[in-house]
Amino acid sequence: MSDVTYIDAIHAALDEAMERDPDVFLYGQDIGKFGGAFKATKGLQEKYPGRVLDAPISEDAMAGVAIGAAIEGARPVLEMQFADFSSVAFNQIINQAATHYYRTGVPVPLTMRLPSGGTPGSGPFHSQSMEAIYSHYPGLVVVTPATVADAHSMLLDSIAMNDPVIYCEHKFLYRWLKSENLSGDRLPIGKARITRPGKHATVVTYSAMVHEAVRAAEMLYKDGGWEIEVVDLRSVKPLDTDTIIASVARTGRLLALGEAFPWGGVTAEVVSRVCADGFHLLDAPPVRLNSKDTPIPYHPKLWSSHRPTPESIAEELRKLLDY
Amino acid sequence: MDDNPKDLDQSSERSHVRRVFHAMLTARILENKLGSLYKAGKIVGGVYLGKGQEAVSASMAACLEKGRDVYAPLIRDQAGRTAFGEEILDCTRTYLGSVKGPMRGRDGNIHRGRPAEGMLAMISHLGAAIPVIAGMLLAKRLKGELDGVVGATCVGDGCTSTGAFHEGLNTAAVEKLPLILTVANNQYAYSTPNDRQFACHDLVDKALGYGVRGHSVDGTDMLACIKVMQEAVTRAREGDGPQLVVASMLRLTGHGEHDDGSYVAAALKSSGLGRDSIEVGMKQLIEGGFATVEEIEQWQQEAADQVQQAVAIAQKEDDPDPFKDDWMAYSNPEMQMQR
Repeated sequence: MSDVTYIDAIHAALDEAMERDPDVFLYGQDIGKFGGAFKATKGLQEKYPGRVLDAPISEDAMAGVAIGAAIEGARPVLEMQFADFSSVAFNQIINQAATHYYRTGVPVPLTMRLPSGGTPGSGPFHSQSMEAIYSHYPGLVVVTPATVADAHSMLLDSIAMNDPVIYCEHKFLYRWLKSENLSGDRLPIGKARITRPGKHATVVTYSAMVHEAVRAAEMLYKDGGWEIEVVDLRSVKPLDTDTIIASVARTGRLLALGEAFPWGGVTAEVVSRVCADGFHLLDAPPVRLNSKDTPIPYHPKLWSSHRPTPESIAEELRKLLDY
Repeated sequence: MDDNPKDLDQSSERSHVRRVFHAMLTARILENKLGSLYKAGKIVGGVYLGKGQEAVSASMAACLEKGRDVYAPLIRDQAGRTAFGEEILDCTRTYLGSVKGPMRGRDGNIHRGRPAEGMLAMISHLGAAIPVIAGMLLAKRLKGELDGVVGATCVGDGCTSTGAFHEGLNTAAVEKLPLILTVANNQYAYSTPNDRQFACHDLVDKALGYGVRGHSVDGTDMLACIKVMQEAVTRAREGDGPQLVVASMLRLTGHGEHDDGSYVAAALKSSGLGRDSIEVGMKQLIEGGFATVEEIEQWQQEAADQVQQAVAIAQKEDDPDPFKDDWMAYSNPEMQMQR
């Protein structure tokens, strides 16, 4: 069998979820006959007539419709064409979907897929990472799969979940990331994974940055035999603090790495929780590495310096190891 | 007499009119009590009343069937809530913070509902319920349960300026969903008059732009409201798609009980818009032979007793206990972070 890509895994999970449960339906812009901007829903409208619905360019109403359908017992999977555009749907997601179970006791089983993160040439409005913003709100689950198997199993788990899930899929991984098949360890949502074991420092990261972290770890291993542990958060809300703390206990050093903007966010949360719960485990001040604090630039030369790279990650790790 | 279909229609029409007015009257008596409780300092947070809008609110919701149709009341829909079948106790418990209310103290006042029974719990963001009701109808369509079902919601003139209104109504129209969207144009959004809210001649003209049927009605005229709502709901049930109903009246109270509404123009108050739909409805009821003065007085007494009882029950009940609340924002406890 030929390789399975990350976007294939998403497509397969949507197909399986629809096959398994007649209450699952897909809603989003251009997802019907056209198959979606990234072809995540290619062929599904033909296969499941009436259950793959093209939406008008109305992200706020799309989210509202998905919420209403979920309250009524359906399992909508909402595709935002780009994570960036979910800002238009923000009100419905954080005020309606996130608060609904706490207020009324009626859950909102919707999944919102956010094609996230940067790719060369995409610019400020097709590159954003929104996971931190959604994670801020109680009631939302936010997942950030980094592997082909996770893209598959976590999407199935998201759709099966009775609470609203923000599923952040990284566009850079869509066609670049391949695997022999879809099978994996099927860790549940809420559990982080040690992607690469090590003993000298821990990199806590998620989504596409897991792969950049592994590259940096390889560079440092070749460089001086440094063994860097890479923790893939998998879900950023809930955050698996236990796995993070256990890793820091082994290594004594922490680099929190993310592709999102530097103010606040997932990396700040990781560092603050490690400092509060595992300060005594640290042999060096924890370090954060994020994108630069500017909008995401269009030109590939600017873009590739805006986000962390294996080189910039390795440089931060060297400083951390030298401390 | 019951064998004659025409008489049967008339008798069901009679009971419908009586039902609408009964809900209006009950809501007014309940709201008067809420206002007193607020002034007596018995209610934490705001009190938002629908005085003046009872005819529009009740006449729409009275066309709905609880258990089949879905309904999203907004800030001034006590009469509609009552007509839809909400217990008075749900209202008093929520306003008075009883842990036994539908919101268990987690939300208050008008932000209440029973979504599992087809009545949404509003959020404060205007227009947000429009696509949600559309989504509920869409889910019913997917399950093959939409036939003859409608969804209804009421908004104010201020809501028509929101993106949510536009996106929601357009989406419902694209999907041809049986949605009744009523705009209660009470001339002011909080203190902002119509001329600072929109520039169109008449809000009902928007219907054309959305490709939906528009209806206009004098919101102070109970019988006119009943007629227009019946027509709009019937058309939606029969597959005519969304219906936009624009009703005009004046809000006969402040935005909330904290507000004296002193900005409302005197000329408007003395105009036809300033008529009290309860008074108009009572006159129509008596003159049309729908009910006698004695019957109405009896309803008033019964409603006052029910309200008094519902307040007394809610006042005796426990407040929510922070040590007993499960503080669970997720139905799946595994997803809840403890801090």
